[in-house]
Amino acid sequence: MVVAIATDVDLVRARAEGRAQAVALGFTRTDATLIATAISEIARNIIVHAGQGRIAIRGLQEPERHGLVVVAEDDGPGIRDVEAALQDGRSGRGGFGLGLPGARRLMDEFEVVSAQDAGTTVTMTKWRVRTRLELLHARRSPGG
Amino acid sequence: MDRPADAPVLVRRPSGGDASLLRELVAYLRDSRTELREEWVRRITEAHLLSVMTPDEIFSEVTAVYDNYVDALETGSVETLQAYARDLSERIIPRGVETHEVLGIVLLLRDVLARSLFVRYQSDADMLNRILDAYEPAANRIAVTVGVSFVEERERVIRVQEEAIRELSTPVLQVRERLLILPIIGSLDSARARQLTEQLLGAIKANRARVVVIDITGVATIDLTVANHLVQTVEASRLMGASAIITGMSSRIAHTLTDLGVDLSMMRTVGDLQGGLEEAERLLGYQADRSDAGRSASGD
Amino acid sequence: MSVAILQHGDYLIASIQADLTDGQVLELRDTLADRLGVHRIRGIIIDVTAMDVIDSFVARSLRSLAITTRLRGAETVIVGIQPDVAIALVQFSLNLEPLHTALDLDEGQALLDRWTTGAGRGAG
Repeated sequence: MVVAIATDVDLVRARAEGRAQAVALGFTRTDATLIATAISEIARNIIVHAGQGRIAIRGLQEPERHGLVVVAEDDGPGIRDVEAALQDGRSGRGGFGLGLPGARRLMDEFEVVSAQDAGTTVTMTKWRVRTRLELLHARRSPGG
Repeated sequence: MDRPADAPVLVRRPSGGDASLLRELVAYLRDSRTELREEWVRRITEAHLLSVMTPDEIFSEVTAVYDNYVDALETGSVETLQAYARDLSERIIPRGVETHEVLGIVLLLRDVLARSLFVRYQSDADMLNRILDAYEPAANRIAVTVGVSFVEERERVIRVQEEAIRELSTPVLQVRERLLILPIIGSLDSARARQLTEQLLGAIKANRARVVVIDITGVATIDLTVANHLVQTVEASRLMGASAIITGMSSRIAHTLTDLGVDLSMMRTVGDLQGGLEEAERLLGYQADRSDAGRSASGD
Repeated sequence: MSVAILQHGDYLIASIQADLTDGQVLELRDTLADRLGVHRIRGIIIDVTAMDVIDSFVARSLRSLAITTRLRGAETVIVGIQPDVAIALVQFSLNLEPLHTALDLDEGQALLDRWTTGAGRGAG
């Protein structure tokens, strides 16, 4: 599922989509909220710094755990110093200050690939360890 | 479950007369109910199955299963038997009856009935074959149904118990209106600390709590991750409108937290639980009749 | 309309009904700040019970409203922050001062009552 990001209305749609997928993957309500909040931050980052872009949200199913991966891409000016952008308390104008480090804290894995004038791709993942009981049921009904 | 190599191979025939054969089979099993049931009980006792139940109990359950079993053979529908098996499982699981015992008694019944069929039709090999052709698939299906019902019921019980244990390990107690206590006992890891935070916040909402006392007397050690969780729990409680008081912090933990650079100034700490409760009462009364706007304003 | 604003005595109560866009958040902030001056308001209560997500943008907007409000002699109370939203907010480690929080509308109103009628305040 890909959500095109260009206005603040898209941002609302992106977080609703993230929450729905998280719930479908069996994440708790709290985790779904953390995911939706992180999506909100990186979607706003796209609007503020690149004007437009897209966010892809998909589930990952591994034997022992389920994951939700969010990939946010834009063709904007890029981030000159990714390390600095991920630092806490760097409240740059209108921007990176809380967005990226905040989203990073809400997720389990977080990666930023960016170069000047070459756009930015943020990939972030949250994992949910499957319980013993769930694994038992999955074994009994393959594909479950 | 392969047949031994030297056993005679039974010839399976297309089952044309299945219905009439089943009727005959069912009639026979009903006629011989008393003897077959007794034989089954004898075999169960001999195999030391269902040892937690009294002979009377075994007899009455066995009777019900036998009748349901024959009904299922007759109608081809396992629903009634399934419902009974679930109900039976619900009663015997808390008493410690194990999966192998339940599978054991169902297979014993299958053996007892098959043996009696051998005896009855031993003079007519052809008839015996046809009767077994009708009996075996039905009997296997019944055995699987009972076994699966038991295992599913067991899983359900385990799930309920796990839930209960999770709640017991972090009980949130309401002491009086608007006041909650969360006593934390044992070791805290990140997952438990997280779960505890969610439980506490849920309880604040459900009980409309204004003050929560988090007692960590029973916590031996703490690491940075858990310490941060604790700070976050206090802050999250505040966001929901409840003040948090930490009690029972050992000097060792206090030192650890300071060494780790955890900011304790945000936390209201009181030596022991009793003191914490007094402080909570004071806070509840205090909030009711005095302004603290000046105080919170000074925190900027 | 995603936000219902009503005046109750000296207080403004803003009840957010659904997830807001950034534009709607700013609009709400400005509307409340405007009405503050006109009606001699002494307290603002913002009910966020229906908000599934409070991200850094919303948090900063609410905080700036609270600062503006205080400069004009009134207090702001946020009520109805849901447990999972509270967890998300603290993981950001945002400084939310001087925002006050209370469980629900009743509690928020009681909190404002104590400040505006209690010792030292309420003359405004």
